[in-house]
Amino acid sequence: MPYLRSFGCALPAERVDNEALAARTGRDAAEIEEKTGIRERRYAAAGVTVADLGLAAASDCLANSGLSAQEVGLILFATGSGERCFPGPASELAARLGLTSTPAIDLPMASVGSLTGIALANDMAPRYGNVLVVASEIMSRRISDADPDTAILFGDGAGACLVSRESGFARIVDFALYTDGNSAGSLYLPSSGTLQMNGLAVIMHASRKLPRAIGDLLNKHGISPADVGVYLMHQANANLLRKVASTLKVPDERFFSNIECYGNTSSASLLIAAAEWRRADAKAIAGPIVLAAFGAGFHWGVLLAEQIA
Amino acid sequence: MSKQAGILKVIHAVADLATDPAPDESLFGSGALDSFTLPDLVTGLEQEFRITIPDTDLVPERFDSVAKIEAYLDKRAG
Repeated sequence: MPYLRSFGCALPAERVDNEALAARTGRDAAEIEEKTGIRERRYAAAGVTVADLGLAAASDCLANSGLSAQEVGLILFATGSGERCFPGPASELAARLGLTSTPAIDLPMASVGSLTGIALANDMAPRYGNVLVVASEIMSRRISDADPDTAILFGDGAGACLVSRESGFARIVDFALYTDGNSAGSLYLPSSGTLQMNGLAVIMHASRKLPRAIGDLLNKHGISPADVGVYLMHQANANLLRKVASTLKVPDERFFSNIECYGNTSSASLLIAAAEWRRADAKAIAGPIVLAAFGAGFHWGVLLAEQIA
Repeated sequence: MSKQAGILKVIHAVADLATDPAPDESLFGSGALDSFTLPDLVTGLEQEFRITIPDTDLVPERFDSVAKIEAYLDKRAG
Protein backbone atom coordinates (compact mmCIF):
# COMPACT_ATOMS: atom_id res chain seq x y z
CA MET A 1 0.00 0.00 0.00
CA PRO A 2 1.17 3.59 -0.63
CA TYR A 3 2.42 6.01 2.00
CA LEU A 4 1.53 9.34 3.53
CA ARG A 5 4.68 11.31 2.74
CA SER A 6 3.93 14.86 3.86
CA PHE A 7 1.27 17.38 4.74
CA GLY A 8 1.11 21.14 4.24
CA CYS A 9 -1.26 23.99 4.90
CA ALA A 10 -1.92 27.66 4.29
CA LEU A 11 -4.09 30.06 6.27
CA PRO A 12 -5.11 33.62 5.39
CA ALA A 13 -3.75 36.31 7.68
CA GLU A 14 -7.01 37.99 8.72
CA ARG A 15 -8.30 36.74 12.08
CA VAL A 16 -12.01 37.06 12.92
CA ASP A 17 -12.72 36.47 16.58
CA ASN A 18 -16.00 35.67 18.32
CA GLU A 19 -16.48 39.28 19.38
CA ALA A 20 -16.51 40.28 15.73
CA LEU A 21 -18.99 37.51 14.92
CA ALA A 22 -21.13 38.53 17.88
CA ALA A 23 -21.30 42.09 16.60
CA ARG A 24 -22.35 40.85 13.17
CA THR A 25 -24.82 38.13 14.14
CA GLY A 26 -26.15 39.13 17.56
CA ARG A 27 -24.85 35.92 19.11
CA ASP A 28 -23.01 35.98 22.43
CA ALA A 29 -19.24 35.59 21.97
CA ALA A 30 -18.81 33.30 25.00
CA GLU A 31 -21.71 31.15 23.87
CA ILE A 32 -20.15 30.72 20.42
CA GLU A 33 -17.03 29.30 22.03
CA GLU A 34 -19.02 27.11 24.42
CA LYS A 35 -21.16 25.58 21.69
CA THR A 36 -18.45 25.19 19.03
CA GLY A 37 -15.02 25.34 20.64
CA ILE A 38 -14.12 28.05 18.13
CA ARG A 39 -12.34 31.22 19.29
CA GLU A 40 -11.42 32.68 15.92
CA ARG A 41 -11.29 31.84 12.26
CA ARG A 42 -9.35 33.16 9.26
CA TYR A 43 -10.88 35.00 6.31
CA ALA A 44 -9.28 35.33 2.88
CA ALA A 45 -8.75 38.86 1.62
CA ALA A 46 -10.78 40.14 -1.30
CA GLY A 47 -9.34 38.87 -4.55
CA VAL A 48 -7.74 35.78 -3.05
CA THR A 49 -9.03 32.61 -4.72
CA VAL A 50 -9.44 28.98 -3.72
CA ALA A 51 -6.60 28.17 -6.13
CA ASP A 52 -4.36 30.80 -4.46
CA LEU A 53 -4.76 29.17 -1.06
CA GLY A 54 -4.45 25.72 -2.60
CA LEU A 55 -1.18 26.67 -4.27
CA ALA A 56 0.26 27.91 -0.98
CA ALA A 57 -0.72 24.67 0.79
CA ALA A 58 0.58 22.55 -2.08
CA SER A 59 3.91 24.40 -2.02
CA ASP A 60 4.23 23.86 1.74
CA CYS A 61 3.42 20.16 1.30
CA LEU A 62 5.93 19.72 -1.52
CA ALA A 63 8.63 21.48 0.52
CA ASN A 64 7.91 19.10 3.40
CA SER A 65 8.07 16.10 1.06
CA GLY A 66 11.44 16.94 -0.45
CA LEU A 67 9.92 16.48 -3.90
CA SER A 68 9.54 18.95 -6.74
CA ALA A 69 6.26 19.65 -8.49
CA GLN A 70 7.65 17.89 -11.57
CA GLU A 71 7.72 14.64 -9.59
CA VAL A 72 3.95 14.76 -9.00
CA GLY A 73 2.06 12.32 -11.22
CA LEU A 74 -1.49 13.32 -10.36
CA ILE A 75 -3.31 16.13 -8.57
CA LEU A 76 -6.63 15.71 -6.79
CA PHE A 77 -8.20 19.00 -5.68
CA ALA A 78 -11.15 19.04 -3.27
CA THR A 79 -13.29 22.11 -2.77
CA GLY A 80 -16.92 22.96 -2.25
CA SER A 81 -16.45 26.70 -2.52
CA GLY A 82 -14.68 27.24 -5.83
CA GLU A 83 -15.34 30.42 -7.76
CA ARG A 84 -16.56 28.58 -10.87
CA CYS A 85 -18.86 25.63 -11.48
CA PHE A 86 -16.28 24.43 -13.99
CA PRO A 87 -13.45 24.12 -14.50
CA GLY A 88 -12.60 23.70 -10.84
CA PRO A 89 -9.29 24.89 -9.41
CA ALA A 90 -7.35 21.67 -10.14
CA SER A 91 -6.23 22.65 -13.63
CA GLU A 92 -5.24 26.16 -12.52
CA LEU A 93 -3.22 24.74 -9.65
CA ALA A 94 -1.41 22.36 -11.99
CA ALA A 95 -0.56 25.20 -14.36
CA ARG A 96 0.73 27.37 -11.53
CA LEU A 97 2.93 24.49 -10.37
CA GLY A 98 4.38 24.43 -13.88
CA LEU A 99 2.63 21.22 -14.88
CA THR A 100 1.07 21.32 -18.34
CA SER A 101 0.25 17.67 -18.99
CA THR A 102 -0.12 16.14 -15.53
CA PRO A 103 -3.72 15.08 -14.86
CA ALA A 104 -5.45 17.29 -12.30
CA ILE A 105 -8.91 16.25 -11.14
CA ASP A 106 -11.45 18.21 -9.14
CA LEU A 107 -13.38 16.64 -6.29
CA PRO A 108 -16.40 18.91 -5.85
CA MET A 109 -17.06 17.73 -2.33
CA ALA A 110 -17.17 19.60 0.92
CA SER A 111 -16.01 18.30 4.30
CA VAL A 112 -15.12 14.77 3.20
CA GLY A 113 -13.27 15.91 0.07
CA SER A 114 -9.75 15.61 1.43
CA LEU A 115 -10.32 12.19 3.00
CA THR A 116 -11.85 10.98 -0.25
CA GLY A 117 -8.87 12.45 -2.09
CA ILE A 118 -6.39 10.52 0.03
CA ALA A 119 -8.41 7.32 -0.39
CA LEU A 120 -8.46 7.76 -4.17
CA ALA A 121 -4.78 8.70 -4.14
CA ASN A 122 -4.03 5.46 -2.33
CA ASP A 123 -5.61 3.48 -5.14
CA MET A 124 -4.13 5.62 -7.94
CA ALA A 125 -0.57 5.96 -6.60
CA PRO A 126 0.49 2.57 -8.04
CA ARG A 127 -0.19 4.06 -11.50
CA TYR A 128 0.79 7.70 -10.96
CA GLY A 129 3.54 7.51 -8.34
CA ASN A 130 3.24 10.69 -6.30
CA VAL A 131 -0.31 11.99 -5.89
CA LEU A 132 -0.81 15.50 -4.53
CA VAL A 133 -4.11 15.89 -2.69
CA VAL A 134 -5.16 19.50 -2.09
CA ALA A 135 -8.22 20.85 -0.30
CA SER A 136 -8.97 24.56 -0.25
CA GLU A 137 -12.00 26.53 0.85
CA ILE A 138 -13.13 30.12 1.11
CA MET A 139 -16.26 29.52 3.15
CA SER A 140 -16.48 33.11 4.39
CA ARG A 141 -18.01 34.06 1.04
CA ARG A 142 -20.61 31.28 1.32
CA ILE A 143 -22.20 32.20 4.63
CA SER A 144 -24.73 34.82 5.67
CA ASP A 145 -24.90 36.70 8.96
CA ALA A 146 -28.67 36.28 8.68
CA ASP A 147 -28.04 32.60 9.48
CA PRO A 148 -25.92 32.88 12.63
CA ASP A 149 -25.93 29.14 13.34
CA THR A 150 -23.88 28.66 10.20
CA ALA A 151 -22.00 31.96 10.05
CA ILE A 152 -20.26 31.42 13.39
CA LEU A 153 -18.74 28.10 12.32
CA PHE A 154 -16.82 28.61 9.13
CA GLY A 155 -13.43 29.92 8.12
CA ASP A 156 -11.04 29.82 5.17
CA GLY A 157 -7.89 27.81 4.60
CA ALA A 158 -6.17 25.10 2.62
CA GLY A 159 -4.33 21.86 3.26
CA ALA A 160 -2.42 19.34 1.21
CA CYS A 161 -1.12 15.79 1.44
CA LEU A 162 1.42 13.97 -0.69
CA VAL A 163 0.60 10.28 -1.14
CA SER A 164 3.56 8.35 -2.49
CA ARG A 165 3.90 4.91 -3.99
CA GLU A 166 7.50 4.73 -2.81
CA SER A 167 7.99 6.06 0.70
CA GLY A 168 6.63 8.14 3.52
CA PHE A 169 6.33 8.48 7.28
CA ALA A 170 3.23 6.25 7.46
CA ARG A 171 1.90 3.40 5.37
CA ILE A 172 -1.76 3.49 4.44
CA VAL A 173 -3.33 0.28 5.74
CA ASP A 174 -6.96 0.56 4.70
CA PHE A 175 -9.89 2.92 4.33
CA ALA A 176 -13.66 2.88 4.12
CA LEU A 177 -15.89 5.44 2.40
CA TYR A 178 -19.65 5.74 2.80
CA THR A 179 -22.51 7.75 1.31
CA ASP A 180 -26.17 8.09 2.29
CA GLY A 181 -27.92 10.55 0.02
CA ASN A 182 -31.18 10.51 1.95
CA SER A 183 -29.96 13.54 3.89
CA ALA A 184 -28.46 15.47 0.98
CA GLY A 185 -30.85 18.32 1.76
CA SER A 186 -29.56 18.66 5.32
CA LEU A 187 -26.32 20.38 4.27
CA TYR A 188 -25.78 21.95 0.88
CA LEU A 189 -24.51 24.96 -1.01
CA PRO A 190 -26.84 26.00 -3.83
CA SER A 191 -25.33 27.14 -7.13
CA SER A 192 -26.23 30.66 -6.08
CA GLY A 193 -26.83 31.65 -2.48
CA THR A 194 -25.34 30.71 0.84
CA LEU A 195 -24.69 27.53 2.77
CA GLN A 196 -27.81 25.80 4.09
CA MET A 197 -27.42 23.53 7.10
CA ASN A 198 -29.73 21.59 9.42
CA GLY A 199 -27.30 21.36 12.30
CA LEU A 200 -29.49 18.98 14.31
CA ALA A 201 -29.56 16.42 11.51
CA VAL A 202 -25.86 16.79 10.71
CA ILE A 203 -24.69 16.32 14.29
CA MET A 204 -27.16 13.50 14.96
CA HIS A 205 -25.94 11.50 11.97
CA ALA A 206 -22.26 12.35 12.44
CA SER A 207 -22.38 11.38 16.12
CA ARG A 208 -23.53 7.90 15.23
CA LYS A 209 -21.97 7.20 11.84
CA LEU A 210 -18.41 8.35 12.56
CA PRO A 211 -17.74 6.20 15.67
CA ARG A 212 -19.35 3.24 13.94
CA ALA A 213 -17.19 3.64 10.82
CA ILE A 214 -14.01 4.10 12.85
CA GLY A 215 -14.84 1.15 15.11
CA ASP A 216 -15.62 -1.12 12.16
CA LEU A 217 -12.35 -0.37 10.35
CA LEU A 218 -10.25 -0.75 13.49
CA ASN A 219 -12.04 -3.97 14.41
CA LYS A 220 -11.36 -5.33 10.91
CA HIS A 221 -7.65 -4.93 11.62
CA GLY A 222 -7.75 -6.11 15.22
CA ILE A 223 -6.96 -2.66 16.64
CA SER A 224 -8.63 -1.23 19.73
CA PRO A 225 -9.67 2.44 19.57
CA ALA A 226 -7.51 2.99 22.65
CA ASP A 227 -4.43 1.75 20.78
CA VAL A 228 -4.64 4.47 18.11
CA GLY A 229 -1.89 7.05 18.48
CA VAL A 230 -3.78 10.00 17.07
CA TYR A 231 -7.15 10.72 15.53
CA LEU A 232 -7.03 13.40 12.82
CA MET A 233 -10.58 14.49 12.10
CA HIS A 234 -12.47 16.97 10.02
CA GLN A 235 -12.66 19.92 12.41
CA ALA A 236 -16.41 20.56 12.41
CA ASN A 237 -17.13 21.29 16.05
CA ALA A 238 -15.14 20.66 19.23
CA ASN A 239 -18.16 19.11 20.92
CA LEU A 240 -18.52 16.62 18.06
CA LEU A 241 -14.87 15.60 18.43
CA ARG A 242 -15.46 15.04 22.15
CA LYS A 243 -18.61 13.04 21.47
CA VAL A 244 -16.83 10.75 19.00
CA ALA A 245 -13.98 10.30 21.51
CA SER A 246 -16.45 9.51 24.26
CA THR A 247 -18.31 6.94 22.14
CA LEU A 248 -15.01 5.24 21.26
CA LYS A 249 -13.98 5.45 24.93
CA VAL A 250 -10.68 7.17 24.25
CA PRO A 251 -9.36 10.36 25.89
CA ASP A 252 -10.23 13.64 24.17
CA GLU A 253 -6.51 14.42 23.98
CA ARG A 254 -6.05 11.62 21.46
CA PHE A 255 -8.08 13.71 19.00
CA PHE A 256 -5.86 16.44 17.58
CA SER A 257 -7.81 19.68 17.45
CA ASN A 258 -7.09 23.14 16.12
CA ILE A 259 -10.68 24.19 15.58
CA GLU A 260 -10.34 26.95 18.19
CA CYS A 261 -7.97 28.77 15.82
CA TYR A 262 -9.57 28.21 12.42
CA GLY A 263 -13.20 27.13 12.83
CA ASN A 264 -14.64 24.74 10.28
CA THR A 265 -12.74 25.05 7.01
CA SER A 266 -14.73 22.26 5.34
CA SER A 267 -12.58 19.96 3.20
CA ALA A 268 -9.38 21.77 4.18
CA SER A 269 -9.75 21.23 7.93
CA LEU A 270 -8.57 17.62 8.05
CA LEU A 271 -5.37 18.42 6.17
CA ILE A 272 -4.70 21.63 8.12
CA ALA A 273 -5.03 19.60 11.31
CA ALA A 274 -2.79 16.87 9.92
CA ALA A 275 -0.14 19.40 8.86
CA GLU A 276 -0.12 21.07 12.28
CA TRP A 277 -0.05 17.73 14.09
CA ARG A 278 2.88 16.55 11.99
CA ARG A 279 4.73 19.81 12.51
CA ALA A 280 4.12 19.96 16.24
CA ASP A 281 4.53 16.62 17.92
CA ALA A 282 4.20 13.77 15.47
CA LYS A 283 7.44 12.12 16.52
CA ALA A 284 6.24 11.98 20.10
CA ILE A 285 3.19 9.91 19.20
CA ALA A 286 3.44 6.21 18.51
CA GLY A 287 0.75 3.92 17.20
CA PRO A 288 -1.63 3.92 14.28
CA ILE A 289 -3.08 7.09 12.76
CA VAL A 290 -6.79 7.41 12.02
CA LEU A 291 -8.13 10.06 9.65
CA ALA A 292 -11.91 10.53 9.57
CA ALA A 293 -14.46 12.98 8.21
CA PHE A 294 -18.19 13.49 7.88
CA GLY A 295 -20.04 16.03 5.79
CA ALA A 296 -22.46 17.07 3.10
CA GLY A 297 -23.93 14.23 1.12
CA PHE A 298 -23.96 12.72 3.63
CA HIS A 299 -20.52 11.36 2.87
CA TRP A 300 -18.26 10.02 5.58
CA GLY A 301 -15.20 7.87 5.85
CA VAL A 302 -12.17 6.72 7.76
CA LEU A 303 -8.59 5.88 6.83
CA LEU A 304 -6.07 3.89 8.85
CA ALA A 305 -2.30 4.33 8.54
CA GLU A 306 0.63 2.92 10.49
CA GLN A 307 3.69 5.00 11.21
CA ILE A 308 7.05 3.79 9.94
CA ALA A 309 9.50 3.37 12.80
CA MET B 1 -43.63 1.91 33.53
CA SER B 2 -45.73 3.54 30.81
CA LYS B 3 -44.21 4.47 27.49
CA GLN B 4 -44.51 8.17 28.27
CA ALA B 5 -42.84 7.68 31.64
CA GLY B 6 -39.98 5.88 29.91
CA ILE B 7 -39.61 8.71 27.43
CA LEU B 8 -39.53 11.29 30.23
CA LYS B 9 -36.94 9.23 32.09
CA VAL B 10 -34.67 9.35 29.05
CA ILE B 11 -35.27 13.06 28.49
CA HIS B 12 -34.37 13.87 32.09
CA ALA B 13 -31.23 11.75 31.78
CA VAL B 14 -29.91 13.80 28.85
CA ALA B 15 -31.41 17.26 29.48
CA ASP B 16 -31.17 19.54 32.48
CA LEU B 17 -34.89 20.01 33.22
CA ALA B 18 -36.56 20.88 36.54
CA THR B 19 -39.99 19.69 35.43
CA ASP B 20 -41.51 17.38 32.87
CA PRO B 21 -42.06 18.98 29.46
CA ALA B 22 -45.65 19.08 28.27
CA PRO B 23 -46.45 16.33 25.75
CA ASP B 24 -46.61 18.72 22.80
CA GLU B 25 -43.88 21.10 23.96
CA SER B 26 -41.02 21.45 21.44
CA LEU B 27 -37.91 20.05 23.06
CA PHE B 28 -35.70 21.93 20.61
CA GLY B 29 -37.67 25.16 20.82
CA SER B 30 -37.57 25.16 24.62
CA GLY B 31 -33.85 24.48 24.65
CA ALA B 32 -34.27 21.14 26.44
CA LEU B 33 -32.48 19.42 23.57
CA ASP B 34 -29.80 20.64 21.21
CA SER B 35 -27.68 19.08 18.50
CA PHE B 36 -25.41 17.37 21.03
CA THR B 37 -28.03 16.04 23.43
CA LEU B 38 -30.25 14.75 20.61
CA PRO B 39 -27.90 11.83 19.80
CA ASP B 40 -27.84 10.96 23.52
CA LEU B 41 -31.64 10.99 23.55
CA VAL B 42 -31.76 8.57 20.61
CA THR B 43 -29.24 6.25 22.28
CA GLY B 44 -31.20 6.51 25.55
CA LEU B 45 -34.44 5.55 23.80
CA GLU B 46 -32.73 2.55 22.21
CA GLN B 47 -31.55 1.37 25.61
CA GLU B 48 -34.78 2.14 27.50
CA PHE B 49 -37.06 0.46 24.95
CA ARG B 50 -34.55 -2.17 23.79
CA ILE B 51 -34.82 -1.21 20.15
CA THR B 52 -32.43 -0.21 17.40
CA ILE B 53 -33.31 3.05 15.69
CA PRO B 54 -32.07 2.84 12.09
CA ASP B 55 -30.20 5.72 10.53
CA THR B 56 -33.07 6.23 8.09
CA ASP B 57 -35.24 7.22 11.06
CA LEU B 58 -32.77 9.84 12.32
CA VAL B 59 -34.92 12.83 11.49
CA PRO B 60 -34.76 15.46 14.26
CA GLU B 61 -38.43 16.40 13.95
CA ARG B 62 -39.38 12.86 15.03
CA PHE B 63 -37.89 13.55 18.44
CA ASP B 64 -39.08 17.12 18.99
CA SER B 65 -41.69 16.40 21.67
CA VAL B 66 -42.79 13.67 24.04
CA ALA B 67 -45.90 13.12 21.92
CA LYS B 68 -43.87 12.79 18.70
CA ILE B 69 -41.46 10.37 20.30
CA GLU B 70 -44.36 8.31 21.61
CA ALA B 71 -45.99 8.31 18.16
CA TYR B 72 -42.72 7.14 16.63
CA LEU B 73 -42.32 4.35 19.15
CA ASP B 74 -45.98 3.31 18.65
CA LYS B 75 -45.46 3.20 14.89
CA ARG B 76 -42.41 1.01 15.30
CA ALA B 77 -44.27 -1.31 17.66
CA GLY B 78 -47.23 -1.50 15.28
